[in-house]
Amino acid sequence: MHDALPLGQWVSQFLNFVLAHDNGTLENLGKVIGAFAEAIEAVLVALPDWAVAGAISAIGLWRVGWKFGLFCAASFFVIIATGFWPATMSTLALITASAVISLVLGIPLGIWMARSDRVAALVRPVLDFMQTMPAFVYLIPAAMLFGLGKVPGVLATVIFAMPPAVRLTNLGIRQVNKEQVEAGIAFGCTPRQLLLKVQIPGAMPSIMAGVNQTIMMALSMVIIASMVGAGGLGNDVLASIQRLDIGLGFESGLSVVLLAIILDRITESFGASSAQPQASWRERARNLMARRQPSGP
Amino acid sequence: MDAALTPGPSAAGGTGENCAPAKIVVRNLVKVFGNRPAVALQMLEQGLHKDEIFRCTGQIVGVQDASFEIRSGEIFVIMGLSGSGKSTLIRLLNRLLEPTSGEVLVDGQNVASMDRRQLIDLRRRDMSMVFQSFALMPHRTVLDNAAFGLEVAGIDKAQREKRALQVLEQVGLTAFARKHPSELSGGMQQRVGLARALAVDPSLMLMDEAFSALDPLKRHEMQHVLLDLQRDHKRTIVFVSHDLDEAFRIGDRIAIMEGGSVVQVGDPHEIARNPATDYVRAFFRGVDLTRHLTVGDIARTDQVPIFPVPSNIPDEFGAAIEHLRSIKRHYGFLVDPAHRLIGVVSIDSLLRCLGQSRPDLAGALLDHVPALAGASPFREVLGQVARNPHPFPVIDGKGIYMGAVTQTILLEHLCDEETRNA
Repeated sequence: MHDALPLGQWVSQFLNFVLAHDNGTLENLGKVIGAFAEAIEAVLVALPDWAVAGAISAIGLWRVGWKFGLFCAASFFVIIATGFWPATMSTLALITASAVISLVLGIPLGIWMARSDRVAALVRPVLDFMQTMPAFVYLIPAAMLFGLGKVPGVLATVIFAMPPAVRLTNLGIRQVNKEQVEAGIAFGCTPRQLLLKVQIPGAMPSIMAGVNQTIMMALSMVIIASMVGAGGLGNDVLASIQRLDIGLGFESGLSVVLLAIILDRITESFGASSAQPQASWRERARNLMARRQPSGP
Repeated sequence: MDAALTPGPSAAGGTGENCAPAKIVVRNLVKVFGNRPAVALQMLEQGLHKDEIFRCTGQIVGVQDASFEIRSGEIFVIMGLSGSGKSTLIRLLNRLLEPTSGEVLVDGQNVASMDRRQLIDLRRRDMSMVFQSFALMPHRTVLDNAAFGLEVAGIDKAQREKRALQVLEQVGLTAFARKHPSELSGGMQQRVGLARALAVDPSLMLMDEAFSALDPLKRHEMQHVLLDLQRDHKRTIVFVSHDLDEAFRIGDRIAIMEGGSVVQVGDPHEIARNPATDYVRAFFRGVDLTRHLTVGDIARTDQVPIFPVPSNIPDEFGAAIEHLRSIKRHYGFLVDPAHRLIGVVSIDSLLRCLGQSRPDLAGALLDHVPALAGASPFREVLGQVARNPHPFPVIDGKGIYMGAVTQTILLEHLCDEETRNA
């Protein structure tokens, strides 16, 4: 704002410099991300609504319980009946695309941080910056570099939603019981075996909590990303604000809330199951079969 | 370095292991925690105390110039109060911690100078570890936990599960193979820890406070499991503990640590009788040594004279009576040329025998004096010895004469115990 230290000018000069010297890299990156997000949306929209709603309700039933399965079904009924199904699927596609990219980048980065104190010291302030900078601000460079549409929306969301995955992966691996790690080494693990057989399984509850957090943050961000034309439920929320239409605001907002609850509970259930080892579905099925069979010798 | 640091020949206990070759040789081992170990090392060489080094440089000396040998097939217990460096020392043996200087020779190979590949190879093939907090992987079944070492070493699934089931049977957990560790009690979890360590069939096992987290009853039980396993298949076991009773029960030899230094190494009873420093003396104070003493430990050969089986009874028995009278003793023992105990005689019984028309050996023996087994606990024979005026001969498992236990010896021992604990 003040000319004594024109930080803002430098940032915009830097962005302009990037734009001027970019020879198609950004465009290609944008194309890939856009294609990825649109492919997911195309699948979700192409499938009949009852099939998608039924499938997600079934997951809720299996992971959480029959009450939650019923809740899922009722929620989807409300969303379909209020006419927000296409917008909800568009939002879900954006969340999925952003979350997948966030996790693919974030979890390895978290692992790297856990293995090197130097990387951790370097990455931590960047994560702080990413998380505390008001989310809207990301929309500006994203839109400048990639234009309007899904791509800047997804990119801004990735920046905003990635930190919890990185942090909780790092934390989870560092907090694996010291003697378990020592046991791994004492029995002759290579660093790679140690990571795959001891540290990552031990960090799984924390990593899954990070996945859950990332998805929830992605949900909140994709709504905001409607300002750069990412589409989905955010469009309706934005329109309701502009028109001061409380009815539209409530209906679209309710769809967001229901989607949030469903995503949260289902991803949380995966985290809980990795914290408390249960029999895998295969074992459970085997136990069930064994009980049905007449007791043999 | 004083004499207490090197295990003397007298340190060997009655375990019959005294001539076993060294499995591990530790020479001048030092571990410094901190970012400037070289400085601390130099100060140690100048003879500065570790507290001073910490004050001047902030470097913590974890293990200080430790030198000792561990024999093949023995259970070697490292004892000390918390903070004395015993857990650090055991981690230097398999290089969970990097030694700052010194040597750790396992079967003649220096672990401290191995490269990563050799080290991993050694850990997979020949040494394993049991941890205080069990350190089982919660996401693996009991079977997969037991098979962990084999899996890491690349043994195929069928083979490693077969072997894991074998060791689970050895520790009595076959029925729990498909359970997860969290479904098991503490004692059972440590059996899994033990099974995991046994599965790779190591010649060397490191056990860090392995039974300390268990309640006394379970601890006792696990000590028995370990001793039973050791009876079937002798491995070299390095066992860190702060429990003296445990050290006495399972340890062939023990090393006492104080402030990062090994202050004494030897047979537990030997150390208890001749503590090298006041610290060691204080360490053993309040421990009731009679609980761990066996009859063989206190039997002495200088109390009762022994006589060979006579070929000419009248002459030799006459001489025996003369001898007993001259040294003012009333009883004597007869042994055969192989040193096997034949029986107990007294002046009266010898006189009675000589008074018979045809003196024979059987007539001279006192039949109311039983021989005591050397391996039986001191406590068990206490009353028997205290109530009888005559000495009791002590024999080992093969009937060989070991010495005598008398009321005098008994009193001396109880008296020593009193003064030691005072």
